[in-house]
Amino acid sequence: MIAEAENGLKPEREEAAEQTGLPNGYTHLVPIVRYRSIQKSFGELQVIKGIDLDIYPGEKIALIGPSGSGKTTLGRMLMTLEEPSSGTITIEDEPLWQMEKKGNLVRASEKHLHRMRSKVGMVFQHFNLFPHMTVLRNVTLAPRSVLRLAKEEAEERAVEMLRKVGLENKLHEYPAKLSGGQKQRVAIARALVMQPKVMVFDEVTSALDPELVGEVLNVIKDIAEDGNMAMLLITHEMEFAREVADRIVFGAEGRIVEQGTPVELFENPQSDRLKSFLQRFR
Amino acid sequence: MNLPWLESLPLLVDGLLITVQVAVLSSVVALALAAAAGLARTSRYAAIRGLAGTYVEIFRACSLLVLLFWVYFALPFLGIELSKVTAAVLAIGLNIGAYGAEIVRSSLKAIPEGQHEAGIALNLSPNERMLRIILPQAVARMLPPFGNLLIELLKSTSLVYFITLSDLTYEAMVIRNNYYTWTPHIFGSLLIIYFLLSSCIFITFRLLERKLTAWR
Repeated sequence: MIAEAENGLKPEREEAAEQTGLPNGYTHLVPIVRYRSIQKSFGELQVIKGIDLDIYPGEKIALIGPSGSGKTTLGRMLMTLEEPSSGTITIEDEPLWQMEKKGNLVRASEKHLHRMRSKVGMVFQHFNLFPHMTVLRNVTLAPRSVLRLAKEEAEERAVEMLRKVGLENKLHEYPAKLSGGQKQRVAIARALVMQPKVMVFDEVTSALDPELVGEVLNVIKDIAEDGNMAMLLITHEMEFAREVADRIVFGAEGRIVEQGTPVELFENPQSDRLKSFLQRFR
Repeated sequence: MNLPWLESLPLLVDGLLITVQVAVLSSVVALALAAAAGLARTSRYAAIRGLAGTYVEIFRACSLLVLLFWVYFALPFLGIELSKVTAAVLAIGLNIGAYGAEIVRSSLKAIPEGQHEAGIALNLSPNERMLRIILPQAVARMLPPFGNLLIELLKSTSLVYFITLSDLTYEAMVIRNNYYTWTPHIFGSLLIIYFLLSSCIFITFRLLERKLTAWR
């Protein structure tokens, strides 16, 4: 486990915090993502009841909490898979779900969403690999048809990403031939190759056999240490959250209940809700 | 063994050519209608969905023979006179196309939502998502039911006998009139010929399926 300083910050954050005099070593930066007064209902059911959250460039946030607390919905909104019922999300100070038209904010067009989406990537619980494409084509599809890269360049980048997740020897296999852990690593490479500024990891180990969880988490740890990409990790793996995250956000019943550094949250939880939640992981 | 009715074999070959012609042309019409109506039923515009739905409900429900009679015998009263082959191709194509549209629609719907979402997450445009992710998987699912449907289509071409189009069945009936005592042979041969034609469709689809689902 990475050593933690007194205040619960990772060593490199500790340094940044000392230099800037700011509590978590990130807050001197301008947030890359801002959620403001976000609410979301599915029919009668309100799953998110007013959430404000900033994500700083390069920051790794672990979003924890009981099932049904709206964690996944929060990530899906950023990936434009779910539209907020009210409130705004901005990425680099630009509204995600609205756009300006003749001085008014109107609902985002497909074109606006397309432009905004290039900053976000997502890895899903159920991998969602394209079964009819080889591993290599899964990873080169978007670079070729979205970034319009030449075949050679797209493949070069794809192979580099697949090497990073340890699957450069599976280039020409179809997903059906891979284990769950391997599939999820391909999915991670597929999202990484588009070089998003923020990446949502939506319970990426929940569908895996227990013995395959480790290989996926290790890949994510490597990526986190690489650096510049902000990460929103929706997870039930508390040990993992503690090791990787700069900040833990605990949500329940559609609200953020408590947040702070891993040490603050895990060693000294304030709310009863978090205390009882953590009890189940002891 | 002496088989006098075999002297009429050239007639049977003529009939075979007509049957194949009608089957191939109406397959083209049926597949085109199935693709268009099936895709239209997944459209986000209610009017387009409604139109395609109406087509499917009407033409799936009507008896092919009655439709054939209507196209060939009734349309001339409205000033539209079609050749026998055209009438047959139109009636069969419209009827089978309606069934095919349901296959297309259900295959598209069977592709998991996660495939659409992964396409969005990779920032593919709606057209690229359809063309590169959804359709290739949906087509693989469509093949077995479409193989069935085209065999059904082939067999239903024998109904054109009733508008006196000289297809395989029609010629067999003609030959039977001349060689009445050989009826079992003549109809037996007819059954075998239809079986062989069906086998061609079956084998084609088997090969296509093997090729298009190598990834499974």
